[in-house]
Amino acid sequence: MRIHVRHVTTYTYDTPAHSITQLLRLTPRNHQGQTVRKWRIDLDCDGQLKASEDAFGNTVHTLSLAGPVGALTVAADGELDTLDTNGIVRGAVERFPVGLYLRETDLTKPSAELIEYAKALEGPDILTTLHNVLARIYRDMRFDKTPTQATTTAAEAFALKSGVCQDLTHIFLACARTLKIPARYVGGYLWRADGDARQQQEAGHAWAEAYVPDLGWVGFDPANGISAMAAHVRVAIGLDYLGAAPVRGSRTGGPGERLDVAVSIAQNQ
Amino acid sequence: MAFDEMTTSDGGVRAPYAGIAQWLKDTPAETLKTRGKEAELLYRRGGITFAVYGDLQGEERIIPHDIVPRVLARKEWNTLAKGLEQRVRTLNRYLADIYGPGECLKAGIIPEDLVWQNPAFRPEMVGVDVPHGIYVHIAGVDVVRIDPDTFYVLEDNARTPSGVSYMLHSRDVSLRLVPELMDTHRVAPIENYPDQLLASLRSVAPRRQSSEPTVALLTPGQFNSAYYEHSFLADKMGVELVEGRDLFVRDEVVYMRTTQGPQRVDVVYRRIDDDFIDPLSFRPDSTLGVPGLFAAYKAGNVTLANAVGTGAADDKVIYSYMPDLTKFYFGEEPILKNVQTWRCRRPDELRYVLDHLSELVVKEVHGSGGYGMLVGPHATAAQIEDFRARLNANPSNYIAQPTLSLSTCPTFVESGIAPRHVDLRPFVLSGSDGIRIVPGGLTRVALREGSLVVNSSQGGGTKDTWVIE
Repeated sequence: MRIHVRHVTTYTYDTPAHSITQLLRLTPRNHQGQTVRKWRIDLDCDGQLKASEDAFGNTVHTLSLAGPVGALTVAADGELDTLDTNGIVRGAVERFPVGLYLRETDLTKPSAELIEYAKALEGPDILTTLHNVLARIYRDMRFDKTPTQATTTAAEAFALKSGVCQDLTHIFLACARTLKIPARYVGGYLWRADGDARQQQEAGHAWAEAYVPDLGWVGFDPANGISAMAAHVRVAIGLDYLGAAPVRGSRTGGPGERLDVAVSIAQNQ
Repeated sequence: MAFDEMTTSDGGVRAPYAGIAQWLKDTPAETLKTRGKEAELLYRRGGITFAVYGDLQGEERIIPHDIVPRVLARKEWNTLAKGLEQRVRTLNRYLADIYGPGECLKAGIIPEDLVWQNPAFRPEMVGVDVPHGIYVHIAGVDVVRIDPDTFYVLEDNARTPSGVSYMLHSRDVSLRLVPELMDTHRVAPIENYPDQLLASLRSVAPRRQSSEPTVALLTPGQFNSAYYEHSFLADKMGVELVEGRDLFVRDEVVYMRTTQGPQRVDVVYRRIDDDFIDPLSFRPDSTLGVPGLFAAYKAGNVTLANAVGTGAADDKVIYSYMPDLTKFYFGEEPILKNVQTWRCRRPDELRYVLDHLSELVVKEVHGSGGYGMLVGPHATAAQIEDFRARLNANPSNYIAQPTLSLSTCPTFVESGIAPRHVDLRPFVLSGSDGIRIVPGGLTRVALREGSLVVNSSQGGGTKDTWVIE
């Protein structure tokens, strides 16, 4: 499947910002089910993007702008070929042993209720357990499409029984790690089979990967109740949202920031 | 009976203390009392205070200073110093290993989960090319003594150890209040600690063409319990004391705002915890840090001292592996001893601990400051049962150790001169040009009779520490 992604983030300030510093994880890498044909990040300001790789193997760009900055647009644009691999991710950049992905983080720390919920989902083998977790989260949690900026924890989202894809992914990670299954956060994009060919979305997508002995890393998309497919474009991984967030930024000055995110995903056969 | 550093069991005086013993004999109690009061006055005037977290009054306290110095003979110190150097080499090597090739994991010396699941381990640091390969630039290793020849390491403080300002002030107080005693002893100088610290910090600047590297001390601000020390050290080193907002990062280079415009910073002596140093890479809600600092660090444009993630080497479980690590990395026998440690994460050791709670000291693996610990021999039955429940609920959060009979030193208390338990925190500096240790360190004394808890937050005081020729 050939997928074209354009992800445009625009910041506008009522009063120009003095300075802006950002950390971008907006650049996908290859694995067996995904080949990046072309990819670029453009700015509408005079600034330098410095590329590096983080500890998890994600491509990171840093951006710093000296103000005054009245508006800033960061546009990631590119094209990938993807294959359906039944969710199995092979040939990705792996920088850590699997055991690292059992780490609890502030955002994925389970509550007592969440631990109890997870324990009831244990199946006869790990793959069955993971499918149980996937199906139950899809059934029990309401998928809220309104993108949020806040960093809600898995426990908070679980108590609300709803959340955006990021929250449902955190709940999935909390369940998997509670059951001693290594799991990680994936940030990326989803071409929706139920949409039209050129899709306008308000945010990227998020799902989880869990480690299954003999299979390796397998992608689970709790917001859609499915395994990751050819329609999933994998950009960055982390222990939680913070490690894979497309943009983490900070500014001085510039009160009254407005943020617009436009993601368009098109499929060309 | 605990080993007393001055008086032997048969009533004699140990050689290093001959002068002190004579002085104590010759000085009237009234004079000692007056000088004790003067010492407090000096601290109060100097504003040498610390804040205790969780203290509702939130007031700043004066740390009690005892005017009777603690003495180590040069020979005793030399052995101790060699041991400290070896210990800190081990800490640095271990950190370079877990954030690098992981040899100690491959060799099965350290169980993997103690690294990967360690809350103080920072995955973000893996593969970072740390300037000069040094992680722990400043260590405050706590040691205790139980007999004339045996020093134990109690804790390897490898994060942002504090207390060195008390060490320096203790010497100041000695110079002013017991000059006659200083005159009759050849006391090794410690006043050059700030110069040594600065030299050490400059030596680890990233390699670049520059006349003299610029160092800044990054503090969380005046509400931090150690703010006094931050401002004191910056002043003594002649470097800028900065808060997060005083620094900024442009194109992965760190600058300091000055009245003459931005000035590049090469070394940040940061007294801010890992979590808070950069909201873009760590806690996003931190307002204390510098956005982009970690990226500048990764790019090799600035040195952070200590490095990020050093806490992965100094928790109380990893502590128990230090002797093995010294042997593993250097093939050397550890010079300093480790206190026997039961790791409650292991069921057999947990069982032993639960059966012997009234004899043991139980500590949280990541605890500090004397909080969250049980001192079995001094605990009530209710406290012991409380800890039994905690241990059963979360065994891997605890370790246990035998209660050590810490050495005592003569100390001026209400009733006159009496022995009180002490520990010692020497400060070990690691630079690209070697390890520096000023002779001595901070002696902390438990002022309450029989107490083994020397932490200032728990009513401990300080003493000047003399290494004499």
